[in-house]
Amino acid sequence: MTIWSVIGAGVCGLAVATELADRGAKVQIFDPAGPPGPHGCSWWAGGMLAPWCEYENAEEPVLRLGQEAISWWAERTKVTKAGTLVVASKRDLPDLRRFARRTESFTDAGREEIAALEPDLHGFGKGLYFAAEAHLDPRKALQDLFRGLSEKGVEFHKAFAPQGLDNVVDCRGLAAREYLYDLRGVKGEMLIIRAPDVEITRPVRLLHPRIPLYIVPRGDGVYMLGATTIESEDSSRITARSMLELLSAAYALNPAFGEAEVLETGVDLRPAFPDNLPRIRRLGKTIYANGLYRHGYLLAPAVAKGVAELALNNTHSEMVDEDRA
Amino acid sequence: MRKFYGTDLPNPLMLGTAQYPSPAILEEAFRASGAGVATVSLRREGAGGAGQTFWQMIRDLGVYILPNTAGCHTVKEAVTTAQMAREVFGTDWIKLELIGHTDSLQPDVFQLVEAARILSEDGFQVFPYTTEDLIVGERLLEAGCEVLMPWGAPIGSGRGLNNEYGLRAMRAEFPDTPLVVDAGIGLPSHAAHAMELGYDAVLLNTAVARAGDPALMAKAMAQAVEAGRLAYEADPIEARDMAEASTPVIGKAFL
Repeated sequence: MTIWSVIGAGVCGLAVATELADRGAKVQIFDPAGPPGPHGCSWWAGGMLAPWCEYENAEEPVLRLGQEAISWWAERTKVTKAGTLVVASKRDLPDLRRFARRTESFTDAGREEIAALEPDLHGFGKGLYFAAEAHLDPRKALQDLFRGLSEKGVEFHKAFAPQGLDNVVDCRGLAAREYLYDLRGVKGEMLIIRAPDVEITRPVRLLHPRIPLYIVPRGDGVYMLGATTIESEDSSRITARSMLELLSAAYALNPAFGEAEVLETGVDLRPAFPDNLPRIRRLGKTIYANGLYRHGYLLAPAVAKGVAELALNNTHSEMVDEDRA
Repeated sequence: MRKFYGTDLPNPLMLGTAQYPSPAILEEAFRASGAGVATVSLRREGAGGAGQTFWQMIRDLGVYILPNTAGCHTVKEAVTTAQMAREVFGTDWIKLELIGHTDSLQPDVFQLVEAARILSEDGFQVFPYTTEDLIVGERLLEAGCEVLMPWGAPIGSGRGLNNEYGLRAMRAEFPDTPLVVDAGIGLPSHAAHAMELGYDAVLLNTAVARAGDPALMAKAMAQAVEAGRLAYEADPIEARDMAEASTPVIGKAFL
């Protein structure tokens, strides 16, 4: 029986391995850095399953393919289906109108609706509510996939993949760039804070012409604040300016965030192709799945299905842009 | 058309490279518009040359590159950023931007003049982002600038030309200096308006990058600046308070 070797245990690799295993293939995983952890950029993600919000600034496939994500994840980890609330300060209402024009599947939320959804948001009179969106905790999701794979008998090797393997799926993100000439890294920075005095129950996006921010609740008063998007490949540390911008936006949502503890800062590089859409590319005996950009959790299920269809049925999904087997 | 530090531009549209949904869409916008100049920011992307991949994409557009000092608030920051830009892009051109006010992003013209002098003495060819103030313009020219770039309206506001009178006065005051309206453009009619006043070029970013279809808007802007320039060269008629019939009425039966 053919053994599929998946390289990389980030969200892409684990989703691909899961999809292959669920379709009955025999799978093993290689990652020299070990099980999912801070070494991979999906560790630092927001975990929003928000295809309609993302569509505001992304191309159509993100909207369509992203809609497959909620049910795929819900079968494998805890998904909170509480929607997304988008708000803007009075000064930035033109940005809210623009956001509304660019996407769909929302209802207008006035002061009362906002107060009913999120009583701890202060001073917002207008917003948009995307009821069908959801979110998950990325670290738990990675661990759940990892455990699920182990239960299915998928072997994990904390090692580099040996040379000369047949049937490889390379999901290494930016580490695979020497084989993917048009892949680049896009810097993202985030913070994790604990603010037990503030209770926000769903992802909230605060629009701003220069500093759009989102906050995702992780439970127990812990929140993820994200995220910058900078055309830079420096992943050393978060800058003071970015931290200042992220925190001041949180402060604008509720001044009580001023008393929050800063638990973690994160910075990493999102792998992206020039159109910021994912690609599946078969070169020789290796299938590359990469370029999930800001949409790791949103698009990993669609990418995983696309890889499985190419690997097992030789069917080309729209994400396959090159096949030189 | 006036030359920019000895260079003839292929057309009067300068486009920024920030805020596009993706580099692929940015490239489409340049292709669709034929814009001859791309401005690029380095301040935030720059650390340790980490922006190289993106900058290479900008070089690959094959247009003139005008690095900028966007995000700088002090002379020192702006000068350092300009020096880095020269190293990265191998050009003496620098769009000098020194922000003085957080909300309006209004330029700090005092620091601007100082930085322009330092950079000009160091061999830079400075494109200063300034206001329509004539005295500041004069000081910038004295400092070594050979181009002036007054704002139309605050950066990203899309309001068009807030002070048409001031921009007209600037054109009249500096007849030999290439002038560019930089910032505040929201619509093609704003860009055409600037060109109709006799401006040599228009620099914009948000109006294209954040449009629903950036490539289509870029094309519209290119057509607008072309129309505005042709109109200026064609010497438009003066506005009048009363109608002036284009065909004589004498000899017709006007019952």
